[in-house]
Parts: sequence; C-alpha cells; structure tokens
Amino acid sequence: MSETDNATKGMSISEGVVIEINGMHKWYGEFHVLKDISLKVRKGERIVICGPSGSGKSTMIRCINRLEEHQRGQIIVDGTELTDDIKHIDQVRKEVGMVFQHFNLFPHLTVLENCCLAPIWVRKMPRKEAEEAAMKYLEKVKIPEQAKKYPGQLSGGQQQRVAIARSLCMNPSIMLFDEPTSALDPEMIKEVLDTMVQLAETGMTMLCVTHEMGFAKTVANRVIFMDGGEIIEENEPVAFFNNPQHDRTKLFLSQILTH
Amino acid sequence: MKEHVPHPDLPPPITNVGVIGWLRTKLFSTWLNAGFTLLAAYLIYLTIPPLIDWAFIKADWFGDSREACTSGGACWVFVNVRFDQFMYGLYPAEEYWRINLAFGLLVLLAIPLFIERFHHKGILAAVILFIYPIVAYYLFAGGSFGLEAIDTSRWGGLTLTLVLSGVGIVASLPIGIVLALGRRSKMPIVKSVCVVFIEFWRGVPLITVLFMVSVMLPLFLPEGSHFDKLLRAMIGIVLFQSAYMAEVVRGGLAAIPKGQYEAAEALGLNYWKSIGLIILPQALKLVIPGIVNTFIALFKDTTLVLIIGLFDLLGMVQTAITDSNWLGFSIEGYIFAALIFWIFCFGMSRYSQSLERKLHTGHAR
Repeated sequence: MSETDNATKGMSISEGVVIEINGMHKWYGEFHVLKDISLKVRKGERIVICGPSGSGKSTMIRCINRLEEHQRGQIIVDGTELTDDIKHIDQVRKEVGMVFQHFNLFPHLTVLENCCLAPIWVRKMPRKEAEEAAMKYLEKVKIPEQAKKYPGQLSGGQQQRVAIARSLCMNPSIMLFDEPTSALDPEMIKEVLDTMVQLAETGMTMLCVTHEMGFAKTVANRVIFMDGGEIIEENEPVAFFNNPQHDRTKLFLSQILTH
Repeated sequence: MKEHVPHPDLPPPITNVGVIGWLRTKLFSTWLNAGFTLLAAYLIYLTIPPLIDWAFIKADWFGDSREACTSGGACWVFVNVRFDQFMYGLYPAEEYWRINLAFGLLVLLAIPLFIERFHHKGILAAVILFIYPIVAYYLFAGGSFGLEAIDTSRWGGLTLTLVLSGVGIVASLPIGIVLALGRRSKMPIVKSVCVVFIEFWRGVPLITVLFMVSVMLPLFLPEGSHFDKLLRAMIGIVLFQSAYMAEVVRGGLAAIPKGQYEAAEALGLNYWKSIGLIILPQALKLVIPGIVNTFIALFKDTTLVLIIGLFDLLGMVQTAITDSNWLGFSIEGYIFAALIFWIFCFGMSRYSQSLERKLHTGHAR
C-alpha cells in the first residue's frame, strides 16, 4: 500500500511473495513454542496448516498479524517487516483479516455495526459508504437479512459467516483462519466451509488452521504439517495425503482419517 | 396404521390459575406457610394502621409555630416551616431563584436524553457535562454578571447534597475508569501508581478523608491562601469514591473475554479505540448494578460533610431539631430527610434497572 514505509518496501525478493517468514522462533516464558519456522506464501495461495493440538499452528498464524510477537527471525507481510514499531503493525493489520475459532463478534453491536466499525474508525470511511460495503459482504456470505440483529440472536454458523464478512469489510489482501469450524455444530460446518470455498475462488490469499481434510483436499494449494513447534512437512494436497514422507505425518493422518 | 391427531390444548385446572391458584401456591401452600401468612398479616395490622393514623389522619400540616400541632399526630408544620432551609440551607431567600433556575435548566437539558428519537444525544451530554457546570457555578456562587456573591459556606440543605453528589458522581466515574485501566496496564509504573492510589483511598474511612482535607490540608498550603472548604470536601469525596469505582469497573473489564481484545486488534483498532468502542461499552454494561450501588453509597455518604461544618439536608434537619422553639419534633425531621434520600436512591436504582433492560442485546455469557 502507498502508506508503506519506504525503508521496508521491496524486502521480499521473489516475485509475488506476500508473506515471508525466515527462521522465526518464539518462546512463551521458558517454553520454546515455535522453532525455526520458515515459510513463503505467494499471492493467491491457499494454505492449510494442520497438526496435533499444541503443535504451534495457531500460534504461528497469530504471529502473522502480531497477535503474538516472535522473539527471533523475521516476518515480512506484504513488504512490511513486523517489528515493535506500532506503525508497521498497524500497516500489516490493515492488510490481514482474521477469523477466530470462537467468532469473537462484538455482542453489544448489531451485525451491521460489527462490520462497519473498523472501516469507519480505522480506514476513516464515511458511515454510509461503510454500510453499503458491509451489506455487499453480508450478501456474499448470504445473511443480509440478519444485518439489524445482534450476534447473540444468530446461530454459530451464521455468527462465523458474519465474522468472515466483518474481516472482508476491511478489504484485506490476506485472510487468516484459526480453526474456523472447530466450535460449530456439525450441521453448520458446511455453510462456513462453503463461504470459505467461495472466498478462495475470488483469489484471496488464505492461511487456514483446520482439521477439515475435505476442505484441504479441494481448496488448498499446499498443506503444511506441524508438530512440536516445527514445520515437519509441506506438500501439495494430493501428494500430502497419498504419500506422506514422515512417520509423524503418517501417524497423524492415520489418526484423523480412520473414522 | 392409525393417523396421528395432535392433542388439543386444554385449559389448566382451576386450582392452578387465577386468584385461587395464586393464593394456594404463594400464600397457603402448606400449613406452615399458611401460619406465616397469618402471622405476617397480623404484624401488618399491628403496625401499618397506627402509622397511617399518626402520619396522615391525626397529623397537622399547616401553621407557623408549634401551637398549631394539637391533634396528637405528626407535626408536619415543623417541616413546613423549615422547608426552605432544608432545601436551600442558609442561602439568602431572595436569591433562591438562582438555585431553582440552575436545577430547572438541568432537568430541561436532561429531558431530550430520554427521548428515543432525539439524535444529538452526544452533543447534549457534552453540554451537560462541560458547559452546564460552569453556568451552574456562576449561578450558585455569583460574584459576576451582576449577581451577588454568595459564599459556599452558606450553601446548604438538599442543594448542597445534590451539588456534592452530582459532582462526585460525574467526576468519580471517569477517574475510576482511568484507574481501572491503569491497574490492568502492562506498564509497571502506571500499574503501581494506580494500585497504590486505589488501595490508599479504599483503606481510609471517608470521615478521615474529610478531616484531612479540611483540617490538615490548609496546614500544608502557603500562609493566607484561601482554598474553599466545599471544594476541598468535593475533592476528598471524588478521590475516595473513584477508588471504589475503579474496582467496580475493573470487575467488568476482567469479565470481557480475551477474544474481544484480539478481534479488535486484528481489525487494526489501536488500544484506545478498542477500549472505547469494544471493551468499555461491554464492561460498563455488565457492572451497571455495581456502579449505581457506588453512586447510591456516595449520595448517602455526602451527609458526612456535617463533621467539617457543611450543612447538607441531614445537617439542616439536625440543626432545626435543636432549635428551642421546635424541641421534640426530631422524628418528623428525620422521617422527612429519610424520605427525600429514599426518593433519590430509589430513583437511581430504578433508572439502572431500566438501563440494563434497554442495553440488553440478547447475548448469553
């Protein structure tokens, strides 16, 4: 974006890389959660990250918009390096949308207000324009008729779709999904996945932490397997599922695919 | 196969609904409960009719000296005669209009806040919070615009109670919010300053605070500097109550899930915007009962200014009952004071309940 600090512009070497993570480490106190993570994501790529719980997959994607800070290594998002500099963090957050496991909608605001809040207060968009844009996205996630309701009056699946619309209202170029379907009842998972598939078709760069292997097979360009804070294996979905290279990956796949 | 026909809705048994049902379930459900019901009815019979008899039927209302009280009931003549002093203290009678005008103005300004369709509530609230107090101050104190200057030591009665509690309420909430945010801050110096402040003011009784500001503070001030006693009392009350308010607000802040902060951050809202737009509206709504509780306590605590020589409503009543012309009518005086306090406190309580209902957005926590 035009406001990007010139000093950090053009740091990504290869063409079309929007997220670049180099030798990133993170500790929670003494506990080494992320170990030497390196990852390049090109524009429009759809990446699924899976792994057992506690493997650091959520922590990794939360580092990308600085909800968690890393202690060593480098994260460059859309040409802006994440440092303590609050300007850089704000710059990255404008470009990166995030969808959470527990939706995290604002319960005191209506669906429409949830969607308009950030465009109005962060992007300084006039209210009317923000509302029109919000309605457009609510139509895309197929719940424009719920705009005047409060989140507490919606089902889990509807809430998650509102959360997706809310992120899209900021016009991000990258979307992060942190287990978006894990807190949903089975019959609502499909409506959220459908929305995500539809989003993928628009060419959005997406990083999804998920256990929905069907989604990974149909939508992802790449699947990343993490365990113990490291990236163990990454491959194209077909190769990943049919021909896993590491024993740890094989074990994980056998555990989640046998039922 | 036989087709299923839905069972029609039948009326409930007569013993479960209506007056009989209510009596059976609420008053006479068991022999023990029936006994208690009869006992309570007897106690009400013993106390309420004589009270009504004393306070209304046998009471004397009009007159201008104790000779008017002959019926043996309550002597409201006493309250009647002293009414102006109870309301305005020792404020000069010919200047009462200034106080009436100030309070009338406040009521007038506040009315649109309760009208749903009025859209400039923010601006109006700002006027009430920032411009009105200046106007009210000049009306009360005078000394300019051709108004006679009236020293704060002559302010008294209900006027003083309302001024003290109004300032206390309006000032202690924002200070309390800042202190609560400070106490949850990650910055160690900010945090410890707030913790020390809160724990200090919560640890001392209000009487001590009032004594300190009125007796000790002047000793530290340069010789001859005048620092109004009412202002000192106000500062003491505000600092004291803001410490309590801070803890109430902190309770609300602690109840907001971490995900709300994260969602706000992820959308690019900075600290103050996420606090102001996301966290505080939810946190304050959760602790409305606690906040109003503190307001009510503050309202009643203002009576303590009596000990530093300021005469609020209760102070004026107490002065009046020691008047040698009116000895023996303390019950009427205290009942009147209690009634006024009760009306204001009950009003606050009802308002908080309606506010809670209005702000409820159907989310389960």
